[in-house]
Amino acid sequence: MTDFTTWDIVRNLLLAARWTVVLSLIAFVGGAIVGLVLTLLRMGGLRPIRWLVRGYVDLFQGTPLLMQLFLAYFGAAALGFDVSAWTAASVALTLFTSAFLCDIWRGCVEAVPSGQWQAARVLGLNYLQSMRHVILPQALRLAVPPTVGFSVQVVKGTALASVIGFVELTKAGTMLNNATFEPFTIFTFVALGYFILCYPLSRYARYLERRLYGAGIR
Amino acid sequence: MALVSVNDLHKSFGELEVLKGIDLTVEAGEVVSIIGRSGSGKSTLLRCLNQLERHDWGTIQLADQRLDGASMTPGELSQNVGMVFQSFNLFPHKTVLDNVMLAPVVVKQTPKSEARRIAEEVLAKVGMSEKVDAYPAQLSGGQQQRVAIARALAMNPKVLLCDEVTSALDPELVGEVLRVLENLAKEGMTLILVTHEMRFARDVSDRVVFMHQGRIHESGDPQTLFSQPETPELAQFIASVI
Amino acid sequence: MTLDFSTLLPYTDEIVTGLVTTVWLTVVTTLIGLSLAVVVAYVRDGARENGANIVSRLLGGYVEVIRNTPFIVQLFFLFFGLPALGVPISATVAALIAMILNLAAYTAEILRAGIESTTRGQHEAARALGLSRLQRFRHVVLVPAFSRVYPSLISQCIIVMLGSAVVSQISVFDLTYAANFIQSRNFRGFEVYLVVTAIYLLLAIGLRLLFEAVGRRLFAFRQGGSA
Repeated sequence: MTDFTTWDIVRNLLLAARWTVVLSLIAFVGGAIVGLVLTLLRMGGLRPIRWLVRGYVDLFQGTPLLMQLFLAYFGAAALGFDVSAWTAASVALTLFTSAFLCDIWRGCVEAVPSGQWQAARVLGLNYLQSMRHVILPQALRLAVPPTVGFSVQVVKGTALASVIGFVELTKAGTMLNNATFEPFTIFTFVALGYFILCYPLSRYARYLERRLYGAGIR
Repeated sequence: MALVSVNDLHKSFGELEVLKGIDLTVEAGEVVSIIGRSGSGKSTLLRCLNQLERHDWGTIQLADQRLDGASMTPGELSQNVGMVFQSFNLFPHKTVLDNVMLAPVVVKQTPKSEARRIAEEVLAKVGMSEKVDAYPAQLSGGQQQRVAIARALAMNPKVLLCDEVTSALDPELVGEVLRVLENLAKEGMTLILVTHEMRFARDVSDRVVFMHQGRIHESGDPQTLFSQPETPELAQFIASVI
Repeated sequence: MTLDFSTLLPYTDEIVTGLVTTVWLTVVTTLIGLSLAVVVAYVRDGARENGANIVSRLLGGYVEVIRNTPFIVQLFFLFFGLPALGVPISATVAALIAMILNLAAYTAEILRAGIESTTRGQHEAARALGLSRLQRFRHVVLVPAFSRVYPSLISQCIIVMLGSAVVSQISVFDLTYAANFIQSRNFRGFEVYLVVTAIYLLLAIGLRLLFEAVGRRLFAFRQGGSA
């Protein structure tokens, strides 16, 4: 058994934490792009498309993220693609994120009073114009705090990529644990790593929310 | 001995002095209406009487007992002084009967069957016997306020404080609530009301107290007070509300 | 590629075993977790009225730690970390504790929002009737607060149920463990995971319907109309 100093443990975890950050960014940016498209489809015209989007959202919100990762990994294999854990994790987390962001953003768009739609329509703006110039700017203001809040869930979600063999913070933790048998130290550091990534985001989301809705009821 | 005696009562909210030395005595069975502009301190005075607000200085006595400080527990206080609010404040998740029974059972530890009997009795008094199983959301404002009165009466208080109890009601519902109060007055209940209903203040109360800028500016029997106000402030106030 | 679900049939027992485990873990977690959340919310609400004390600060720390770290790490910490400190713990107990602590932390925050939106008038009416703080919380504040945040509570319980898939990673024989087990025998991973994912979806839908039915009974007072 190799001797690991505490510093060795921390150094290895920090190196792996990079991939947690990278995967989080991929999932969040990818999820935001897909989510935005879905939101527009969900809010817009065609009924079958709205239903499809709704089904998509319910599907991803109603099943475990872990299963989504397994399906991305094994599903691709069944389809004949040899995908890496990287690809499977990126795809699954992106789709997962897009479904939740779509749901959050739909709520924000719906929270804009319907009078605003009517006002835009009587001025002769079409759907996309109303959306772009009237509704989205107002919805955006509402959307920022819960979106920042959800980014915490994305970071935490990347931990599950460890299960399909993607080496990020959690996987590095289990590997180090197998080598050192110091689970208490190691998982404390792993948890601390996530806390350092997530806590500022949580605080920032709460700050934004307070600013948006006033100091709250006292 | 007076039932309620207030002596040199002071109360400030931060920099703002709302009560600047109030002296007031109320005899048992007396009906006292407190009138005045908003901000004159009348609601604060009422809220000090059951310690929803702690006063800064002065004493409040109920018969021979101090009710401020630690001399009376909230439970004891609620059995002496009842309160009805402008916005009813019924508990939305409890039926009419449960609203009325709650404090007797939980605070007074009255057995349930006995509490039920009391509740039915006070609900009959306010004309709400038909609605014992309804939830507040199913009642009109006037009905809710009558239940709120019954809820306060169920603790068998010596004094009932009414804080603008008709102000939140639609005009056509004011009458039913005032009639309940009038009947209570006839039965000899001691009532202290903050009210904007000048006709009620004049016809039902034994004494009217006019508050102005944190002080009792004028008080006396309603007929004289309304017909011959001594101070220009009261004259102006009467002119503005009638 | 062809999908072949018939290879799953010999493993019905495993799936049922896993399903039962997932369901009972969820039920126990919901009951204990929500009760714990009520206690946490009560203590933290007291801190809002009377200033923070050591207990409320510790509870606040607990809530933040749970909310800002992944469930799988909490699970590993309990399952691998506690025995290393000399506290032996079985996989099932570790899973249950992790799930309860997780649900309680989130729902305590949700409940707090509901509690804080209790109007001043409700508090004053209860105080004027002589109710103590605990009596007010129990008889006046709690039920309406629950009813106001009930949709969020439902979602959170479903999230914890779905999140419980992770307990398979410490060898608790839940639905996901059953899927992994079958996959390792028949090598039809895609079919297995499709079926099990569908079962989770049905569970989520069923749980929501159950919660909504319970909510309609518990919170009947919200519906207006004539009595």
